[in-house]
Amino acid sequence: MMRFAWLQFRNQAAVVFGGLAVVAVILAITGPHLVHLYDTTVATCAAHGNCSTATSVFLKNDHTLQILFDALVVVVPGIIGVFWGAPLVARELESGTFRLVWTQSVTRTRWIVLKLGVVGLASIVAAGLLGLMVTWWSSPMDRANASMYTAFDQRDLVPLGYAAFAFVLGVLCGVLIRRTLPAMGTTLVAFVATRLLVNHFVLPKLIAPTQRSFALNGVTVQGFGQMNGGPFTLFPANPNIPNAWFYSTQFVDRAGHPLSTQVLTSACPLLESGPGPSAPAGGGVESAVPAPGAGSALHDCIAKLAATYHEVVAFQPASRYWSFQWCELAIYLGVAVVLAGTCIWWVRRRLS
Amino acid sequence: MTAVMETAGLGKQYGKRWALHDCSLAIPEGKVVGLVGPNGAGKTTLLQLAAGLLTPTAGTIEVLGGHPGSGPEQLGRVGFVAQDTPAYSRMSVSQHLRMGALLNSHWDDELAFRRIEALDIDPRQRAGSLSGGQRAQLALTLAIAKRPEVLLLDEPVASLDPLARREFLQVLMEVVAEHGVSVVLSSHLVADLERVCDYLVVLVASHIQVADDVAELLATHHRISGPRRDSRSLPADQHVIEESHTDRQTTLLIRTEQPILDPAWTTRPVTLEDIVLAYMGQARDQERARKSGLGVLR
Repeated sequence: MMRFAWLQFRNQAAVVFGGLAVVAVILAITGPHLVHLYDTTVATCAAHGNCSTATSVFLKNDHTLQILFDALVVVVPGIIGVFWGAPLVARELESGTFRLVWTQSVTRTRWIVLKLGVVGLASIVAAGLLGLMVTWWSSPMDRANASMYTAFDQRDLVPLGYAAFAFVLGVLCGVLIRRTLPAMGTTLVAFVATRLLVNHFVLPKLIAPTQRSFALNGVTVQGFGQMNGGPFTLFPANPNIPNAWFYSTQFVDRAGHPLSTQVLTSACPLLESGPGPSAPAGGGVESAVPAPGAGSALHDCIAKLAATYHEVVAFQPASRYWSFQWCELAIYLGVAVVLAGTCIWWVRRRLS
Repeated sequence: MTAVMETAGLGKQYGKRWALHDCSLAIPEGKVVGLVGPNGAGKTTLLQLAAGLLTPTAGTIEVLGGHPGSGPEQLGRVGFVAQDTPAYSRMSVSQHLRMGALLNSHWDDELAFRRIEALDIDPRQRAGSLSGGQRAQLALTLAIAKRPEVLLLDEPVASLDPLARREFLQVLMEVVAEHGVSVVLSSHLVADLERVCDYLVVLVASHIQVADDVAELLATHHRISGPRRDSRSLPADQHVIEESHTDRQTTLLIRTEQPILDPAWTTRPVTLEDIVLAYMGQARDQERARKSGLGVLR
């Protein structure tokens, strides 16, 4: 049965693994150059002095390829779910061929288990290989960026978890819906929805963030003003913690109360009435150009508030990166196993 | 004598509707069994239950003494040709035979290729481009080459033109003669079955109407006609299947084990088709009576 499952699957496998080979060639051609560039510019920038310039120049290399490969790692699991998973059983049910194959001398249970096994394994291998190749290729950029959580779901282990989940989700949709095209559509929607939900509501809550305090000073205050017409406030700056995943930064007093607009205006009346506020660069901020005199007003203000207020940062340190990787992988693989069990049960009991 | 198929109180329900109801049947081994009935009578359901594709809602079914679909051994003993003979349209004929070889432990590869060759089908051709007749032959080849003890065929000739129909049945009869398998094949046309079957099961409106040897059916059914009389005045051993009356004459189709002694009757032999149609008509009348009975109660 294993060989028959492979016989039916090999054309589809050839398409995906052929594409994967093309990607591998491109990565192999361009990758070593990036490593060399990194070693000669960013790695030695401390000796030459200007690291931020060296980094930003380095990051401009192969930027389009980087975007392309990151996108590929994100979409490949979805493609696997839609094109390998959803039709696996749905097409058999739709075309009636299940009556042919389920009356050969192989039980239906064995049939579905081996189908899930062979194509599922290929899904994991395909997405896993792609993820690892892109991880290797991107490693100079990722080191230069020093923000490893930004590309979290395009690196290392998690892509193979997504692929396993997407594939089994597709199969289950096909088993339940029994029509190929609707099953493909449902798979795509359910997969994207699950990824978004897990990213926004599950992943950040897996491990409680670390809290750290910093003194309120010229480094931790990025500026002041109003964000999108909100209350007048001081803008906290993210402290320089490489590869951290920042949840929040705010100014609080010793009791933990955040700095209110009343406290700020009464302590620093000059700031608000001043000719123009200073504010961090970026969108959504009104009047970002500091006027003469505003700098010293801010300086005075920081000096006044520093006695009672400090900056509190909630974040995940780089050391937890692998915990998050393993946790998310375990979640997706666990769900995939449960869905696979449901598929097998449904094919055995309900489709008869 | 072992039964090729034995059912007791067998039923299959879809939602509220019974596709097959209270079906009790024992088909002896070594026969070519015709399963005949109008469309929607439950023929497909019965055959799929026997092939293990469906599980019964009520009652039991045994095929060759085993539980359908219970394991590879049982699946290997039953060859099944599904309605419309499905095949993987993108797989070639030889890939289908490869499938047979990979999925069946008693597969006869030589037989399979010999048959495909005899049918003049190119093994490299994709199943999707075969004609209906060729696809039916491929399905039959797959079912035979797994060396089953019983072949179940669900309306194998329904979608074929008359020539392909005759060819298919001819090949089927050759196989039966050569390998001695039991066969159950369904059709809604008696004409298809008349030439090949030696046992007949009439299934109408999810119920078995009659099941017996063809020779026995022909010997015990008679069409009798005579002066008009009430069919209830017949001897107790004569069962009326169909009756029609004119002002002066009564014509009956009856079943009886005994000779017809009443000299008032003229007896004429009946064809298998007459018998099947009579049973179908009887089932329809019973159904009408049941429905109008319900109407009165309501």
